[in-house]
Formats: sequence, C-alpha cells, structure tokens
Amino acid sequence: MLKRVTKTGFAALMLASGISLLGLSAGPARADALADIMKAKVIKIAVPQDFAPFGSAGLDLKPQGYDIDMANLIGKALGVKVELIAVTSANRIPYLQTHKADLVISSLGKNAERAKVIDFSAAYAPFFSAVYSVKGKDAGITKLADLSGKTVGAARGTIEEQALSATAPKDATIKRFEDNSATIAAFVSGQIDLVATGNTVAAVIAKQNPARTPEMKFLIKDSPCYVGMNKNEPALMAKVNSIIADAKKAGEIEKLSEKWLKQPLPPGF
Amino acid sequence: MLYKLQFAELLPYWDVLLQGLVFTIVLTIVSTAAGVAVGTAGASARTFGPAWLGWIVVVYVELIRNTPFIVQLFFIFFGLPAAGVKLDETTAAFLAMVINLGAYSTEIIRAGIEAVPKGHIEAGVSLAMTKWEVLRHIVLNQAFRKIYPALSSQIIIVMLGSAVVSQISAQDLTYAANFVASRDFRNFEVYLVATLAYLVLAIVTRAVLRGLGRIFFKAAS
Repeated sequence: MLKRVTKTGFAALMLASGISLLGLSAGPARADALADIMKAKVIKIAVPQDFAPFGSAGLDLKPQGYDIDMANLIGKALGVKVELIAVTSANRIPYLQTHKADLVISSLGKNAERAKVIDFSAAYAPFFSAVYSVKGKDAGITKLADLSGKTVGAARGTIEEQALSATAPKDATIKRFEDNSATIAAFVSGQIDLVATGNTVAAVIAKQNPARTPEMKFLIKDSPCYVGMNKNEPALMAKVNSIIADAKKAGEIEKLSEKWLKQPLPPGF
Repeated sequence: MLYKLQFAELLPYWDVLLQGLVFTIVLTIVSTAAGVAVGTAGASARTFGPAWLGWIVVVYVELIRNTPFIVQLFFIFFGLPAAGVKLDETTAAFLAMVINLGAYSTEIIRAGIEAVPKGHIEAGVSLAMTKWEVLRHIVLNQAFRKIYPALSSQIIIVMLGSAVVSQISAQDLTYAANFVASRDFRNFEVYLVATLAYLVLAIVTRAVLRGLGRIFFKAAS
C-alpha cells in the first residue's frame, strides 16, 4: 500500500516537472503573439500537404491549395513573410500548442474537444456536404422534399448517405456505392444525375469532368474551416478576424472558392 | 476476452437481408438459364457453323475468359454510357452475369460436343434425321451428360462471383450485408450470416442442379 502511494507521488512529481519544463521551452512570458510576429517580420503557418484542394504538392513540388493561398493572404495583409509548415491532420494542433506555428490553416473544423485547447477565428472556407446535380439541370430541386421520386447516389456509410437515408422522402431512391471513386464514376458516366457528397469531392469532379460540373442543390451538413490559434491571444484573434472580414468583403474568399473548390460560396457564408 | 455475438442487432434489418438473398437467387436462376443457352448456341456455332461465326465465338470466349468479372461489370455499367448505352445497375448485373457464364459454358459444352463420336452423327444422318434433330437428340444430349458436373461447378462459381455486382449498387446479398454493416457496425455477425447464406445457397443450388440433371440428361453426378 505504502509502496503504491510513493509510486503515484513520484509519477505526479515527474509529471509536474515535465509540465514546468514544457512551459520553459515555450519561451519566457509571451506577452502577445501578434507583437512577436510583427517584430520578427515572419508568421509561421501550419498548412496541409496531403489534402487537395486545401493543400497538396503541385507539379513543381511546392505546396498549393486553398489553405496556402489563405496563409499568403494573411501574411500579405500583415505585411510579414510567410513561413509554411507542412502538417498532418493529427499533428496540426500540437504544432500550435508547442508554438512551432503561430496559426493553423489546415481545413480545421470546430468541435468541443478542440475548442478546449485552441481558439478559432471566423470561418474562412466552406466545407460541407450537399446534394448536387449536373450544372443547369434539375432546377426544381431546392430542398430535401424535392427528392421525392428521384434517384440520388452516395458513397455507403458516409455522413451524407446516412443523413439522406434517415431524412429523404420514402419514394426517393438512394443508390449506395462502395466508395467515393465509384460514386464519382457513376455521376460522371451519367448513371446518376444527383449525388450527395462533400464540396471537395464536387470540386474534384468539376476539375476532371467540366462537362458534368456539379451544381449545389441544398446543404446536408455544414462544418466550415477555421483558422486555429493559441488561447488568450486577443490581439492576434482580432487581427485575423478583421483580415478575413476584409477578404470576404473584397470578394477574395469568393475567388478562392471558385479557384480551388470550383463552386461559388454557399449562400450565407 | 471473448467477442460477444449480438445477432439481435441484425433483426431490424431482416427484410434488407431477405431482399438481397432473393435478388441473388433470381440473378442466379436467370443468368444460368440465359448463360447456358448462350453457351449451347456458341458451342454449336463454333463446331458446326460457318468459319466466320466460329471466329466471333472464339473472340467472345477468349475476351471474357481472360478478363476479370469485375472489370467486365464496370465496363458495362460505367463505361458503356460514354457510348450512349446506359443500363441501370440491375440490368447491367444480369447482362454481365449472362455474358460471363455464356463464355465459360461455351467452352465447357464444346468439350462435350467434340467428345461425341463422329459415327453417332453419321448414323443419325443416315437415319434421315434433320440437322436440328441430330444436334438435339444425338450431339447435345450426349454432350450435356458428359459435361454436366463441370457445368454445375461453373454455375456455382458464377453465383458466388455475383457478389461483386454490389459494387455497382445492385442490391444483392452482399450489398445488403455491406449496408447492414455500415449501419450497426456488427461486421462479424453480418458477414457470418452472409457467409452461411451463400454456403446454404451453394449447397441447395448443387442439389437442384443434380436433380435437374437426373431428369433431363440422366447425368451421373
């Protein structure tokens, strides 16, 4: 019994010293991340490298995508140099927490667990699943109930397929395909004229098959992307939000959406 | 730790699984009937028909027997619409099955036809039987008796292979199993049920084919 107590006490001590070490390595009393960035004239931004069209390697092997353009837009507005750091979806938040990155622009969605450890800016990119038709067709479909008597394709087990199965009218036919590529193939070949999928998949179809460019009919689930930053950085937060607001007003976000997602911004974004 | 089987979770989906099972049974019956008909015609044409028809059969048989079934299926469903032929997933599944079994059974039946001694055919002709009577009563009757076990096996193989039609969203037994698995995540139970269903289906099919063989061809198997 005594032995166990000492062991636990020792572990707690180790943990405490570990935490204080971590605190030290993070630098002495960071007053204000924004001031630090302006002083160094460099902003370090974590971007994806494996998630087109948000971030991937281009033909010249340089990173390219929606998130990279957004990072450069913020750097330009701040008047500082942008240092891009390639991250994965698993390590993007740790990069922020250890101050290896000032901002995370990596198709980051908001949820309760993440909100506990980092803060989110205003949304800078749309990320949603929706029902699409071929551009210019099926103008009469604007809501779920309009699917009555229609056939919609979707990849089995995805959020949009499960949502449609639960809520679509009884006489709507849902064709479930094995994966995204089979669903894309069915849409592109004309086997289905309506497809429920994510906006990034719709962008892939539009890029590869302009003749059957998808056009959004109605939204199924919305989870836009936010810029992630460390907690308690009100100056940086205010600055980033004002840059995003200005970019929205100037139509630059719309341009990014057209360029990378091949779609106008969804209404209300 | 032992995995706790929970078959009760499948109960809400019994109608989905039953519909899938019925689809697979109908698919097997139709493709067997049509596929063996195609095979009989193909084998007869190759052996007794004109040379040009024989070559068409050769190309068909080699093309189908040397390519994977799933590629044939995808070609019909995803590929043909580009050429203006759009078939829904059920039609595409039936067509692919018939084409596939047709090619294999052509070769199997041809083996039986070539094993019929020439003297038997000549005997039929000398008895003033017509060409069609000779083909039906002498050639095909004997051919089927010889190759019946091989043909039965091929039908079972094609039935089990029909599982891939689920890939083009045709709602067979495998599609139903995949669907249920994506809903309740009881993969072990769902695929165990599907496996047993295919096993029973194969055993029953074999028994039915054996019975039919006894009635029509007095086949040994």
